[in-house]
Amino acid sequence: MARIRTTVDGLVYEDDVEPRMLLVQYLRERLGKTGTVIGCDTSNCGACTVHLDGLSVKSCSVLAVQANGSEVLTVEGLERDGQLHPVQQAFHDNHALQCGYCTPGMIMQSIDLLGDNPDPSEHEVREGIEGNLCRCTGYQNIVRAVQDAAQKMKPGAHASTSSSAAQPVAGGGA
Amino acid sequence: MTTTENPTNAPAPEIGRDRRRKEDRRLITGRTRWTDNQAITGLLHLSIVRSPFAHAEIQGIDTSAAKQVPGVVGVYTAADIGADAVQLPCAWPITKDMKAPQRPALAGSRVNFAGEGVAVVVARSAAIAKDAAELVEVDYAELEPVLDMEDALKDGATLVHPEIGTNANAQWVFDSGEAGSGGSVAEALSAAEKDDDQVVIHRRFRQQRLVPVFMEPRSTVVDPTGEQLVMWSSTQVPHILKTMLALTLGLPENKLRVIAPDVGGGFGGKIAVAPEEVVTLLVARKLGKPVKWTETRSESLLTAHHGRDQIQDLTIAVTKDGIIKGLDVKLLADMGAYLGLVGPGVPILGAFMFNAIYKIPAYRFDCTNVFTTKTLTDAYRGAGRPEATFGIERMMDEVAVELGIEPMELRRKNWIKHEEFPYTTVSTLTYDTGNYEAATDQALQMFDYDGLRREQQERRQRGDVKQLGIGISTFTEMCGLAPSRVLGSLDYGAGGWETASIRMLPTGKAEVVVGVSPHGQGHETAFSQIVADKLGIAFEDVEILHGDTQSSYRGLDTYGSRSLAVGGIAMVKAAEKVIEKAKPIAAHMLEASEDDLEFTGGKFTVKGTDKGVGIADVALAVFAAHDYPEGIEPDIDAHATFDPENFSFPHGTHLCAVEVDTETGFVHLHKYVCVDDVGTVINPLIVEGQVHGGLAQGIAQALFEEAPYDESGTLLSGTLVDYTLPSAADLISFDTANTATPSTTNPLGVKGVGEAGTIASTPAVVNAVLDAVRQYGVKDIDMPTTPFRVWTAINSAKGTAGRGDEADVASPGAGLGSTASDISKGDTQGGHL
Ligand code: FES
Ligand code: FES
Repeated sequence: MARIRTTVDGLVYEDDVEPRMLLVQYLRERLGKTGTVIGCDTSNCGACTVHLDGLSVKSCSVLAVQANGSEVLTVEGLERDGQLHPVQQAFHDNHALQCGYCTPGMIMQSIDLLGDNPDPSEHEVREGIEGNLCRCTGYQNIVRAVQDAAQKMKPGAHASTSSSAAQPVAGGGA
Repeated sequence: MTTTENPTNAPAPEIGRDRRRKEDRRLITGRTRWTDNQAITGLLHLSIVRSPFAHAEIQGIDTSAAKQVPGVVGVYTAADIGADAVQLPCAWPITKDMKAPQRPALAGSRVNFAGEGVAVVVARSAAIAKDAAELVEVDYAELEPVLDMEDALKDGATLVHPEIGTNANAQWVFDSGEAGSGGSVAEALSAAEKDDDQVVIHRRFRQQRLVPVFMEPRSTVVDPTGEQLVMWSSTQVPHILKTMLALTLGLPENKLRVIAPDVGGGFGGKIAVAPEEVVTLLVARKLGKPVKWTETRSESLLTAHHGRDQIQDLTIAVTKDGIIKGLDVKLLADMGAYLGLVGPGVPILGAFMFNAIYKIPAYRFDCTNVFTTKTLTDAYRGAGRPEATFGIERMMDEVAVELGIEPMELRRKNWIKHEEFPYTTVSTLTYDTGNYEAATDQALQMFDYDGLRREQQERRQRGDVKQLGIGISTFTEMCGLAPSRVLGSLDYGAGGWETASIRMLPTGKAEVVVGVSPHGQGHETAFSQIVADKLGIAFEDVEILHGDTQSSYRGLDTYGSRSLAVGGIAMVKAAEKVIEKAKPIAAHMLEASEDDLEFTGGKFTVKGTDKGVGIADVALAVFAAHDYPEGIEPDIDAHATFDPENFSFPHGTHLCAVEVDTETGFVHLHKYVCVDDVGTVINPLIVEGQVHGGLAQGIAQALFEEAPYDESGTLLSGTLVDYTLPSAADLISFDTANTATPSTTNPLGVKGVGEAGTIASTPAVVNAVLDAVRQYGVKDIDMPTTPFRVWTAINSAKGTAGRGDEADVASPGAGLGSTASDISKGDTQGGHL
């Protein structure tokens, strides 16, 4: 067992974990953060995507012990004062989800993408979310949603949606 | 919103409105109820030991090492929990003499596919269970695998199930001559052979094996601690599962409750009574403790049922000016090692669809289902209909090439004209409505068909490395499964009705309990729209309850694009009953005669006056029940069951342009246009989403996906590294639109949309790929048309045809470069529409 201390969605946790425990297992099984899900065992699907110190990672490819001392942001930590993150809002507005299983990972990856590239072309969005699989939507509305969010998150865009975007946690950046 | 702020005004119609989904809020914030989220104190975890061999005798299982692992509660072989005595159900015995070998929940003495379960480990945690499962020693004596369907049917072939004496599961035949719905194909073909004005064309197509790959891996939790045993499962069919568990295991059905909580995609892949569900139940009952099983993705790819996998032999007789005279279809369908819940019936659903939108005077369909030592096959999005549509739409292009007729023109010559509806087809279905001309004209225009044909010609003439191909698919499908009597005539084990109950709450809100349950379709939104309109209450005031047999005790679940076309109508009927029951009470409240009342916009009014009461007032009145008419119950709740009288028949025209890199074989989607007629649209946003997702899956069959086995019977696509689902970067944006000829067989005029995109798109893409490379002498390319296959096809065709620069680049319009030499060029019609 190894002792780890992490901040997840703004709360500090201290736990003893098995060295082999994956971050996604820690989130789901120990912290009850079941908003983050598992879709594969080969790091292909991206369903488990979270932010680790501001960068998107597939939490099935990170050990819990590697998150020691780090900040983790999951889909459950995006809302601010009952206000959806602009990317969450855009997913809703553009019907970018059906079953919703890929959605948490897709949203976290999209936020990371917009942190790197605030105004991506369709092609850049498609490349940017390539590591996240969706079986339901055919991706078209996801691409629309990401581009829609990009517009709404631009400086000077409508204040009510840009407020949470201004949070540092919302950005990626590599 | 006017509807909530001013309930006395008639709300704006909900049907047809692009409502954002009610479901989204939870899903985008991570507040979800996937089965694997389920945590119960004392929950145990199950891991399954699976056979690495396709076909083997089990000579012994040593569980002693696994049992020693701390935290392991039990290790069981099939016999320990009676799993070998179970016969998992097949609900569709397609013929009286169909062979249905026993399908146990765990293998007892013999395994019949790689991945079949042979033992289980139960432990405190999933990790411990998995570790211990590795320590279970199984002694196998390998047998010959059975992999090739044609070989499997030969005399002396190794038998998957020696006890049934054959690898043939069943043969199912439809002959329009015998059915009286058309002529004899044998006669049509022999007449064509003798007629100089006709040709007979034969083609063999391969429908590769696919995996549904819902994104949420399957999971089951069984809690046996209450009076009713509760099973949560990631299933499309909670009701069927409950009844089948009772029948299969001899449990009293009243002691079972099945819950399908949030379900992360299904696409047919979760229409099952899975061995893992049964094993989890058996272990939970044995231990008296809640038990969870969640599969890994690799387990899912290996053992959750697969789809498609057919060899199709089509023979068509056609006049030289392109009129179809007869169609003969012979199929071999791979069942895999066992029969799934509806597996043997899947290819039979295609029997009614090979004739598609065309007027075909003689038709025969002959399907033999075959056992092999592979994962079983069962429903996958479209189930039988994509296979049929692929067969006929590929064949139409082959005919066009052979005859030198523009491929859309050929289709026009043969399809049912809009003024000919209702039309009874050669396979006995009556298409109520449709307008193929309208959908096609709109699609051609959106696509700029003529412009792309010109560009194609130009690229050909330039000898461009990137050649353009254009593919067509004009499809129809039968959905809204199904009229119960029709299912009965096909020997299906259940009906096709659906139910809905409406519970009017004292505050004027409504709970609608439905028998169908969603796994991404947006039922809660679309159904709320229907009920809101019918009862005249606000969209937000309608709650859709589903997926729990305790609240929704009656239902036949979600598949075959039936939720709206059957379930939606049950809701309409239930709403009508609510209004009927409320009427005498409203009359009493208004001191008026029932005959003088009319109901509009959620309100009963006395005709010709402004006196009225809302449905909410009536709901409150029966709750208080202080004053209501004698002789009736103080209750306006209602329950309705709808059994459709016919299928519904969505149709559409799909056009695909691809760029084929002739140096690398890479196929790039260039443009995709589809115009679908799905009848009345309840929510255009949801319809568009269903089409997008359907297209992606159909295109994936054409270009990316397959589940191949090696010569020892090992699945070669056992992870998402090898089973290549398309990513966003592999696809393009599609141009979609709708025409509408409302169905006349249901009061909403709806047809169903869940499967349309998948059914239509595969042949459009493959036709496009071939259209690009036929000029080099390529005749066919197996799916998926990967760069390697396309490159190989181009190069080997060039090799046999001589030099590449001898390619026929001057063929007319359609770019159908390889017109057959025995067809007079004089018959070529030129190719522009
Ligand atoms: S679970 Fe699939 S990438 Fe992490
Ligand atoms: S919405 Fe179902 S997998 Fe993406």
